[in-house]
Amino acid sequence: MKNYSQQSAVTKLPTGIQGFDEITGGGLPAGRTSLILGGPGCGKTVFALQTLVNGAQKHKEAGLFVAFEESTRQIIANASTFGWDLPALEKRKLFFLDARLAPEVVRSGDFDLNGMLALLEAKARALNARRIVFDGIDVLLGLLDDEVKERREVYRIRDWLAKTGLTAMITQKVGPEEDHRYSFLQFMVDCVVVLRHQVVDGSAFRHLRVMKYRGSGFAGDEFPISLTSDGLQLTNRGPSELIYEVSDERVSTGLARLDHMLRGGYHRGSNVLISGAPGTAKSTLSGLFAQAACTRGERTLYVSFDEGANQIVRNLRSVGIDLGPHLTSGLLGMYSTRTRGPNIEDQFADLRARVRAHSPRCLVIDPLSALSTKMSHLASADSAQQFLDFLKGDGITVVNTSLMDGLKTDEATATGISTIADTWIHLSYVVQDGERNRALTIVKSRGTGHSNQVRELTLSDEGVSLTDVFMAQGKALMGVARWEWEQEERAAQERTKVASELKRLQLQVAQAEAVARLQVVQTEINARTAEMSVLALATGSATRLLKSDQEVLRKLRHGDAEPVKTRMAVKAARRRRNGHAKTH
Amino acid sequence: MRVRLRLYVSGNAPNSARAIANAKTICIEHFDTRCDLEIIDLLAQPLRALADGIVVTPTLVRLLPLPVQKIVGNLSDTSQVLLALADA
Repeated sequence: MKNYSQQSAVTKLPTGIQGFDEITGGGLPAGRTSLILGGPGCGKTVFALQTLVNGAQKHKEAGLFVAFEESTRQIIANASTFGWDLPALEKRKLFFLDARLAPEVVRSGDFDLNGMLALLEAKARALNARRIVFDGIDVLLGLLDDEVKERREVYRIRDWLAKTGLTAMITQKVGPEEDHRYSFLQFMVDCVVVLRHQVVDGSAFRHLRVMKYRGSGFAGDEFPISLTSDGLQLTNRGPSELIYEVSDERVSTGLARLDHMLRGGYHRGSNVLISGAPGTAKSTLSGLFAQAACTRGERTLYVSFDEGANQIVRNLRSVGIDLGPHLTSGLLGMYSTRTRGPNIEDQFADLRARVRAHSPRCLVIDPLSALSTKMSHLASADSAQQFLDFLKGDGITVVNTSLMDGLKTDEATATGISTIADTWIHLSYVVQDGERNRALTIVKSRGTGHSNQVRELTLSDEGVSLTDVFMAQGKALMGVARWEWEQEERAAQERTKVASELKRLQLQVAQAEAVARLQVVQTEINARTAEMSVLALATGSATRLLKSDQEVLRKLRHGDAEPVKTRMAVKAARRRRNGHAKTH
Repeated sequence: MRVRLRLYVSGNAPNSARAIANAKTICIEHFDTRCDLEIIDLLAQPLRALADGIVVTPTLVRLLPLPVQKIVGNLSDTSQVLLALADA
């Protein structure tokens, strides 16, 4: 939405009505007159009165309320439903004037509002008033039954307002058809606001539209509005830019294992979706989250569209979650209700009011999908998103549950919540071998690495636990099937162990044999070596013997000093030299 | 039987001036000396309007004889005025 306050030359007075000041860039034109049009019961009087009350309470501005149609007592009594302390304000800040003329009053000739305006001027001065409301002016003007005279009085009021500088609101009833008698009013004033009220499928839908605003830009769409316990407010338009603080802080999911899977827990201020078929323990996970929050001392609000508070507490106790003490201490608030009709704007407005009243840091809405099934009005389609944006803006961590049989995207996007959820956990049933077990998966978790494995969720008297799932042959096993498989695995391991032991022994035997054989061969080698040495010895001694014999023979034969060197003797000498090298 | 009338006006605005004139005429012509007419100018005493429950001007109030009767307008329709004043 554009910032309209930049686009105007007119000073504006805030109405304090949520959303209205935003779409007009500041409120109503100060010192000028605005016209509030609408059929009976549209909320014109509420709008005008709320502006006056806000002016008095928030800005200490005094105001005057001139009632032409209803008695002032009646107006004040009706307003008590909004919690505005009118009697207290009446004392010093607000002045109510009963300006009704009895319909049977005797009329003779023309009359005017001079006296009344003199009175109002005196009162305005006395209170130092800034704002004034003329409520139901058509009732008085109708008594004049002359269009010219009516116009004259309206101009008189306008001139008087210009003189006094009051910011005025005139409310006027219009019928379904265009009422030409008072259309001139619309041209005369500076700002026109149109309220509309219709009933669709038994539910009330209210809208507001700024039809004209002289001297200023404004958002001209028709906006849904709600009548809440605080008054009128625009319900559908939050901030157009998604600006909110993000935190690195984690809050516990309530289940230690799940915290671990999410690397610490949910992000503070994020919104979480837990989806699943009926009975898959969505409420249990919500209860765990609430319990963890309360244990940390954080205010928590649990909103339920399915069951009453006592029932929820009892059901959670059966799995070891006790919310009782937190309810008693006031830390935990529980609000159980049914969805009412197709107008979920009103219901989100109501939730908003409750959130403001309890100021929780953590919130559970169980199930959020209860609201999505009632959407028949187009404008309500993004109200869930608006509400969640509002929560994010306040840094409230919220866990929403949603009824979903499978992860079919068309269901998931019914509220669009699966796309805006920061963390999405899906619970499902796995039916196997005659057993029904619960499985938990983290479908997505923004800003966190997370385990993508399926885990089994078990609920028992002792509490809630998340256990690993067996992966066998590409299938996830749970429950009894898993136990059986575990047994089988164990037996298989035993068998492998024994088999490997046997193999080891066999190899040992083979090794021993090989070593033995090696020994035998070695012994043989030794024997042969020994033989060779003997042979060498023998050959060597034979050669020496021959040489010494020859020496003796020479000495015996010749006794000469010098042996006769013949060719034969040379050959023999050579032969002797070579004989050493050979072995025969 | 005295008739006590009080006429609330707003200065000398056209309707108020006519009402004063008309009231005086009716008084003299129809009630003679039995009529007491008091004129209150709301521009001078604005809070009187609140105290006495006057919404529009001019407003003629018959205080006596009871019950109190209110007639709004500049009293140009004399027959209406007399009718109302004759009501006992």
